[in-house]
Parts: sequence; C-alpha cells; structure tokens
Amino acid sequence: MYGLDAAFSALADPTRRAILARLAKGEATVNELAEPFEMTQPAISQHLKVLEDAGLIVRRVEGTKRPRRLSNTGIEAMDQWLAMLRKALETNYDRLDGVLEGMEKQEMEKHKKGKKR
Amino acid sequence: MSKMTLKTEGDTQLIVTRHFTAPPEAVYRAHTDPKLIQKWLLGPEGWTMPVCINEARPGGKFRYEWTNRKGGGFHITGEYVELEPYSRIVHIERMHLPDPTPDNHIETRFEADGAGTLMTMRMTLPDGKTRAAMLATGMERGMGASYDRLAEFLMSLSARGMERGAGES
Repeated sequence: MYGLDAAFSALADPTRRAILARLAKGEATVNELAEPFEMTQPAISQHLKVLEDAGLIVRRVEGTKRPRRLSNTGIEAMDQWLAMLRKALETNYDRLDGVLEGMEKQEMEKHKKGKKR
Repeated sequence: MSKMTLKTEGDTQLIVTRHFTAPPEAVYRAHTDPKLIQKWLLGPEGWTMPVCINEARPGGKFRYEWTNRKGGGFHITGEYVELEPYSRIVHIERMHLPDPTPDNHIETRFEADGAGTLMTMRMTLPDGKTRAAMLATGMERGMGASYDRLAEFLMSLSARGMERGAGES
C-alpha cells in the first residue's frame, strides 16, 4: 500500500517530525537540517530517506546540493500534526472547565456553612 | 467548542488564548495549586501526573511528571520568574525527553472577561528552529491518544496518494 506504513512510522519519530516542522518554514539543505539537531549528516540523511520514501518530502537538484522541501502530503501531515497538538491543549482546557466548576461548588458550600454559623 | 485559539507570532512566539466562565482568581489558582494542576494538565485520556511539585513564588521551582502507565513518560521542570495574583504568571520551563529542550519563556495573563476570564499564554522560544522543534516534539503526550486518528488520516492520504500516483515528486 502506498505510503501508509511508511508515513506512519516516519511521523512516529520526534526527530523526523522536527525535520518536517523545519521544512514547513521552507526549503533546506542537509547541512541546514543537521544543525539544530546536533546530529551527524549521515544520521540526518537516514531520516530524510525515511521521509522521502514515505512521500512526505521531495528533493531538488541544485549543483552539488539537494535541498529538500515538504511534498503536498508532507504539508497536510504537518497541518494534521498541529491539529493534534491543538486537540491535546483543548482537552486540557475542557478538563480545566470541569475543575473550575468543582471549585465554584466548593466555594458555595463554604458560604452556606458560613451563613449557618 | 472552539473557544481556544493557537497561533504563531513572529519567528519565536506561540500564543494560546482561552475563555473560561470562572473568574480570574479561580483560573489563576487552578494554574498554581498542584492539587488542582494534577486534575487537568494531563493531555489525552490515559495520562496521569503522579508527581506535581510546585513552589508558586518568584524563584520557586516546579516539576511535573507524566506517565501513560504503558512505559511512556516524560517530565517538565521550570522556575517562576514573576507572579501577580490573580492576573499574571511568568515562568520558564523545559521538557526532558530525556535531554532538556531549550528554555521556553511563558507569560500567562488572566483578564476579567465579562463574568469570566480571558487567558492569554505567550510562549517565547529562543529561535525559530526551536519553536519548530517544539511544535514537532512538544506535547509528546499529544500522540498517545491520537495515534488512531493519525492512522485514519494517513489512510485517507494513502488513498489519495494512490489516486495521484507518484506524479507529485
């Protein structure tokens, strides 16, 4: 099947997601990609190969350089990833709504007890 | 519910806003009292925070540890810089995965908004690359419960990919 397993395992690795996030800002060479991760070029190249095989990034030839950029699939994948982060945050705040409601009830209980005294 | 907004600003900032129906004092307390934090700052279903140390005073430290009880876990450590009850918190935090990520400077404001509160959280990362890396690796716990949805999404991509063929590259 085209890309499913490959794309899934490609995205499961945080370094590869970070590479995709970097590429979401624009095209970059292997050197530029290796820099923020304190990884060797061969290690980065290996990650790039996984991403390429998964159809998430594409390369261009420019002299001796092979700058990478996100493919359309890669752009969609990053959008989806950001939507998941948003979802995780939203889940927290929805839960906080419940906590705040509980706090308010406790306050009201206290007031009631206070009045009785 | 789409009460929350999440947007990037410039190269290094990330801004989250959220409205709450409770007053600022309550929302502030829920952000600084460890017993309350443990109840909501958990990410997806299945994650808990067994360790929540929080010294809510300027210079005070905090440490949050999360686990999914399936061998997954990570922690955040940080320091409070400024606290203005019940309107503003400034703190610095980093995630340990297990290597520490670059410091994330976070200012959280709680403003009265009608009978409720408008919270504005502004995260500032050292540079654009760090922000990109944080968006990618950050909130790792966001993955756990979302793997199913990711699989679904990739399935749909895969279907479309087959339609498109390899024409794209």
